[in-house]
Amino acid sequence: MLKFVLLVNKQGQTRLSQYYEYVPVEERVTTEADIVRKCLSRNEESCSFMEYKNFKVVFRRYASLYFIVGVDNSENELSILEFIHNIVETFDRYFESVCELDIMFNIDRAHMMLDEMIVNGNIVETNKSRVLAPIAVLDKSNR
Amino acid sequence: MAKLLYIHMLGYPAHFGQMETLKLIASPRFSDKRLGYLGAMMLLDERQDIHILITNCMKNDMHHQVQYVVGLALCALGSICSEEMSRDLSGEVEKLLKSSNPYIVRKAALCAARIVRKVPDLMEVFVPTTRQLLSEKNHAVLLTGICLVTEMCTVNPDSLQHFRRFLPNLVRMLKNLIMAGYSPEHDVHGISDPFLQVRVLRLMRMLGKGDEDTSEMMNDILAQVATNTDSSKNVGHSILYETVLTIMDIQSESGLRVLAVNILGRFLSNSDRNVRYVALNTLLRTVSVDYNAVQRHRSTILDCLKESDVSIRRRALELSFALVNKNNIRTIMKEVLAFLDVAEPEFKSFIATNSLVAAEKHSPNKRWHIDTVLTVLIKAGSYMQEELVFTIIAMLSQTDQLHGYHTQRLYVALTNDISQQPLVQVAIWAVGEYGDLLVTGQVENEIGGGEEEEEEEEGRREVVQVTEDEVLDVLERVLQSPQSSPATRQYTLNSVMKLSSRFSTSLPRIKAMVSSYGNNMDMELQQRAVEYCAIFSKHDNMRTEHK
Repeated sequence: MLKFVLLVNKQGQTRLSQYYEYVPVEERVTTEADIVRKCLSRNEESCSFMEYKNFKVVFRRYASLYFIVGVDNSENELSILEFIHNIVETFDRYFESVCELDIMFNIDRAHMMLDEMIVNGNIVETNKSRVLAPIAVLDKSNR
Repeated sequence: MAKLLYIHMLGYPAHFGQMETLKLIASPRFSDKRLGYLGAMMLLDERQDIHILITNCMKNDMHHQVQYVVGLALCALGSICSEEMSRDLSGEVEKLLKSSNPYIVRKAALCAARIVRKVPDLMEVFVPTTRQLLSEKNHAVLLTGICLVTEMCTVNPDSLQHFRRFLPNLVRMLKNLIMAGYSPEHDVHGISDPFLQVRVLRLMRMLGKGDEDTSEMMNDILAQVATNTDSSKNVGHSILYETVLTIMDIQSESGLRVLAVNILGRFLSNSDRNVRYVALNTLLRTVSVDYNAVQRHRSTILDCLKESDVSIRRRALELSFALVNKNNIRTIMKEVLAFLDVAEPEFKSFIATNSLVAAEKHSPNKRWHIDTVLTVLIKAGSYMQEELVFTIIAMLSQTDQLHGYHTQRLYVALTNDISQQPLVQVAIWAVGEYGDLLVTGQVENEIGGGEEEEEEEEGRREVVQVTEDEVLDVLERVLQSPQSSPATRQYTLNSVMKLSSRFSTSLPRIKAMVSSYGNNMDMELQQRAVEYCAIFSKHDNMRTEHK
């Protein structure tokens, strides 16, 4: 089960955060800062997984953004790594060559896409076209 | 609204937005609804009372024409529902589960999973529908259906029996996935729908645990998956990893287990760090199950200790300690001690404790045991815990023949460095007890088969001969050093006292040292000093020469 998904840039600012388990607001900020510090201190060579308190953290760096996913102990880390890549590809298709600013200015869209893919901490959809379909409907009705 | 969400994400309280979200949800426009639900999912949770107000809105939305709206409601319900809400809306969810639209069925299944987790009693409602879910063609529905089943099994172990009947379906599904040709929708780097494969494997693991028959059925398909999956990319690795985990947990036949361990061995020599980490992790779990197989990979594991990455080193360390036994303890300890030099502080205490335990259980002879303990002390002295000091002292006092030897070594270490408290304490104790051996330069040759190389190594160490004055010098330095803790000072004072009966020529000096502490600030030291002085003055006639 996924506990949370975070997108953090190299300066440590959170660009997107989605929690699948209730965590009080102050605790969120401290946890995020702590995890980000540990991720930033890793270099290219080291492992993409680490243990933090009682759960595991899987992360990967894409350009200036760190995609961080926290999972509990029963989850397969390598498949979560694949899932992170899937998320990135979905964002890429929607925003056309996504960058950090795209996510910042369209955070509601980014959230919606994440919500299509993960429900209650479980992966529900991995097919990019199906994830993007409702968002396309929304865009069309807005225009 | 979106800006409000951003603010909330950054960590500032955003409670005032909650009523707004309610209003948005109730509005008929799709985009407003979308934002409203998004806000609801982020800002509200079970502990707020406002979410009950959403229940009615959600109920209406679930009957809506447009499938996306229904999907929205289900999504929100799935994320934040509480007990009361689940009871109210479970009937609706069940109806939606039977609908023909896969988009809705998906979400409904996950919603049901959440409800099952929250209110286990409602599980019976959903059980009949799961059978239909599992025979669907649509991958996403399959994924969520399996998720639902997994959830049910976690919550209620009895349902495992019920679901074991579905195993042939699962096996067939997995076979289709592997055999079927290229499917562009779900393909990731040439492997069709890895997420689904992983899920199915996990469910199989749960079903097969502890049950012979189901495990039998799974043996073939697991072997097939293990051999056919292309492991050049990470995707293949993740599937193989899940397969290995499954093989370990169910009652599989030994051939299959050997296959699994071989796969892990291949992982270990892979160049990708993540894969190695995962392999080490799994090996740790299998050590209890299949000891010998893991031994074969011992050298690779020891190499991993030299990795630059922290997580890998930690895993390799734990694994090495788990693998230790009489035969390999020398090689392993050598590596571990070398590693101790470069390890970070948090590792050091872990290593120290474990090395001592391992040495005690498996050391080939007493002398090697003491050597190792002393080396650990010298290298990691300041990170060891207090209790270990006592254990070491107890152990040292039991090995009669080696008193001279270890006193020598401790004395040498002491002269080099008096900052590591546990080391100093043990050394001072030894000097106090066996100071006479130190002075006479007697190092008894211990009995016990040392190997050739070991003999040479020790033989070259010179026998240190010191005078009583030098010993007292060192003790005085420790007493006066600001780095010594109060406990260390007490130890030292005690040792000085013991030496008064062992050293023949330095009695006046000892008396002077002890009495100088008679008016020390520390209560304990002062008390001891005064008592000792009293013994000196009044009971000198009881003094006997220590032979």
